[in-house]
Amino acid sequence: MFPIEKYHYAESVKDAVQALAADGQSKIIAGGTDVLVRLHGGNADYGSLIDINGLGELKEIRMDREGSICIGSLATFTEIMEHELIRKHVPVIAESLATIGGPQVRNCGTMGGNICNGAVSADSACAALIHEFDLVIESPAGERVESINGFHTGPGRTILQKGDLLKYFCIRPDNYKGFSAVYHKYAMRGAMDIATIGSGAAVKMNGDIVETLKLAFTVAAPTPIRCRNAEKAMENKTITEESLQTMANALEEDVMPRTSWRASKEFRLHLIRTLAKKVIRQAVENQGGSC
Amino acid sequence: MQSMDIKLTINTKKYEMTVDVRKSLMDLLRELGYTSVKHGCGVGECGACTVLVDDIAIDSCLYLATWANNTEIRTTEGECRDGKLSPVQDAYVEEGAVQCGFCTPGLIMTTTSFLEKNKGKELTREEIKRGHAGNLCRCTGYQTIINAVETASKNG
Repeated sequence: MFPIEKYHYAESVKDAVQALAADGQSKIIAGGTDVLVRLHGGNADYGSLIDINGLGELKEIRMDREGSICIGSLATFTEIMEHELIRKHVPVIAESLATIGGPQVRNCGTMGGNICNGAVSADSACAALIHEFDLVIESPAGERVESINGFHTGPGRTILQKGDLLKYFCIRPDNYKGFSAVYHKYAMRGAMDIATIGSGAAVKMNGDIVETLKLAFTVAAPTPIRCRNAEKAMENKTITEESLQTMANALEEDVMPRTSWRASKEFRLHLIRTLAKKVIRQAVENQGGSC
Repeated sequence: MQSMDIKLTINTKKYEMTVDVRKSLMDLLRELGYTSVKHGCGVGECGACTVLVDDIAIDSCLYLATWANNTEIRTTEGECRDGKLSPVQDAYVEEGAVQCGFCTPGLIMTTTSFLEKNKGKELTREEIKRGHAGNLCRCTGYQTIINAVETASKNG
């Protein structure tokens, strides 16, 4: 038996939000692939649960009238990866989610959980950052929209407040149209592993010139991060060994990797420089640019 | 503690019962006698507890029993019909893909859903490996298991 002390099965989004606000200790349970692991380990922080699995509306994946792609917070990794809209318009999301765990975990785990649990290594975080996800959140005060930029505030921490429930992610057309994007996960095993470093790039080319670059990393700082210095260094440049090196140097201002049992700070820095070049080259090639 | 009334089908047999909300689907299935569902790691790494919920492979150790309400569960016991093994089970025997056997029921269910999902598709060994990444086997070294999936894919 899981050590669950209090359990509420939410009947509606409103009901979930009220229950979350009423009990400051309560946590949301969605796919359960993190929460139940923590409960299995006896973590008392997860003793009070609000179960949102009855909220079918949060599973929806669709395109709205403005051309934004909306992904429900309760859609599983597998459902997202296999969805036609995702494969056609934002394939880097499918590529990223395919690197998570194994099939059984992907059949249950959700992108809502992957982002909201604040994991520094979240495999969906690079895609979220380079496509600049909007997060549509319900709270007792009503609905509001937050950007993924600034959403993560520390390891396991986000801006979410008591009573907040993420309903869906929204990707506006100007954040995906015309971009090609790539994710590369460096891990010790080919599957069922946490990223040592995760790296994502989205580029928009004008001929051979990089018009826009969006570069993001996981495990390179206390939160998943966008790399503004590296992006600026690459803007309006062609892809050459020299311009990539300038970008890699600028990148050191953006990142703050640390030593852990998985890898040393020095090795992580090496990976960050190497992977940045790799994902940028790949994204440019995918758009038909030369490099 | 709270409990919930649920209805579910396990290997075509219908059940109605009241379950404790703290119970995993793995514990529920084992209590009902479906002991092919193994308690391995308990944290979704080994896949020994894999069952199909509405034909989707999940780790039943990381799945609340109440979530199985209004679903159809398949375990390895049910794959055997009229005393005859399923093509997947048969292939595991034929290829010698079973040693100690603890991981086998979970692997059988993963292979079953993997092949149903990829029906008619030519599968590479790499694709088979990726499709079975959520199941650990400490005996075989996996080669015979991959052989079994290939054989079942041809015979299915």
